[in-house]
Amino acid sequence: MDIQELIKCIEEEFDEIETGSLSDDSSIRDLDGWSSMHALILIALVDNHFDVLLTGEELKNSLTIQDLHEVISKRKA
Amino acid sequence: MSKLTIENIRLDAIYSCVPSTRIKTSDYSFFSNAESKLFEKTTGIEERRVASSEVTCSDLCYDAAENLLRDLDVDKNEIEVLIFVSQSPDYFLPATAVTLQERLGLTTNCMAFDINLGCSGYVYGLSVIASLMKNGLKKGLLLAGDKSTISTSEKDKSTYPLFGDAGTATLLSFDENASNMYFDLHSDGSGKDAIIIEYGHSRFPYNTFTDNEREYEPGVIRSKNHLALDGMKVFNFALKEVAKSINDCLNYVNVNQHEVDYFVLHQANKLINDSVRKKMKLAEDKFPMSIREFGNTSSASIPLTISVELKDVLQTNKRKLLLSGFGVGLSWANVLLSMGPITVKWIEYD
Repeated sequence: MDIQELIKCIEEEFDEIETGSLSDDSSIRDLDGWSSMHALILIALVDNHFDVLLTGEELKNSLTIQDLHEVISKRKA
Repeated sequence: MSKLTIENIRLDAIYSCVPSTRIKTSDYSFFSNAESKLFEKTTGIEERRVASSEVTCSDLCYDAAENLLRDLDVDKNEIEVLIFVSQSPDYFLPATAVTLQERLGLTTNCMAFDINLGCSGYVYGLSVIASLMKNGLKKGLLLAGDKSTISTSEKDKSTYPLFGDAGTATLLSFDENASNMYFDLHSDGSGKDAIIIEYGHSRFPYNTFTDNEREYEPGVIRSKNHLALDGMKVFNFALKEVAKSINDCLNYVNVNQHEVDYFVLHQANKLINDSVRKKMKLAEDKFPMSIREFGNTSSASIPLTISVELKDVLQTNKRKLLLSGFGVGLSWANVLLSMGPITVKWIEYD
């Protein structure tokens, strides 16, 4: 899975994130007003697009988009 | 695997009763504007119905049942079983179902008992009442619902804006020409802490210290007597199990998902139901939703959704429905059945 695909999905899903503003080392949790609701949206997004159901712990330990990409790639392998 | 096929039981009517008082998500003072909008987008809940302090779930179920019995001119002597599915009974004891037998004017030959289940409770309740009735009981009443608003802390953003109150009544009859019902039932007690009211019963009895409130995280303030919800755990459970178990249920009876007219899912969270629908690659109109106006109404959510969203189509047509309840326990259950023409109605408590 290409990391750009993950970035595109996240940018499209969250109205608060401008297209083109995320990179590999961005932390989406730094988003203004990040909450548990955003986490649920992200889990559903990854499940629907990449068929990987992330646990709360995995999401918590993924500080950057790169970390998240690695978790998803490992789970898919 | 707990899979059951039950013959000879027909659904005659589904009535739902909700309190008339509406509470809007946007009026919840513990949410900022942005939080309120995000909550509405994610859960789908814009408003919910809340019962006043003197009204219980059994009152709502009583009203639904009384209206049903009157409208259909049912001979009360023919009702031989009454089941009350709820996690907000009137008393520690006796069972609320027994008090409803008397209130509804049913005979003492009617068996009556409670089932203590929440989100999966309607489907579980149907499986129990249909299993009892298939041996020839004439008619049965399944009453399901909750007054969940009594157990949430107003200062807890993770629970308070989610739940609405509702009570429902479903009338079933023995009929040798009825279509089969196919059930698929599950439980996983390892997830008991995901949704729990820990104190107030025999494991941890109520005492004045358990009334003390504590801040678990910003915006999550509650006491030990309040409902606690681990949203992430419940969400993960639903995403993992619901679509899979619906497919298992359909495979059990060798029915293609496209042969099902409606999938009526428990209304906990729009994001969950959308995810299940996307996994199954089905159109939105096959998944009726009532969560926008009523919130999560626990075991009432499936019959309430049918009462509100499917009343016109089911009054005159027979349709194939897959009902799926999932949540507290953890517990989840599906049933594939045919319904209609059937009397379906929703009323406000007065």
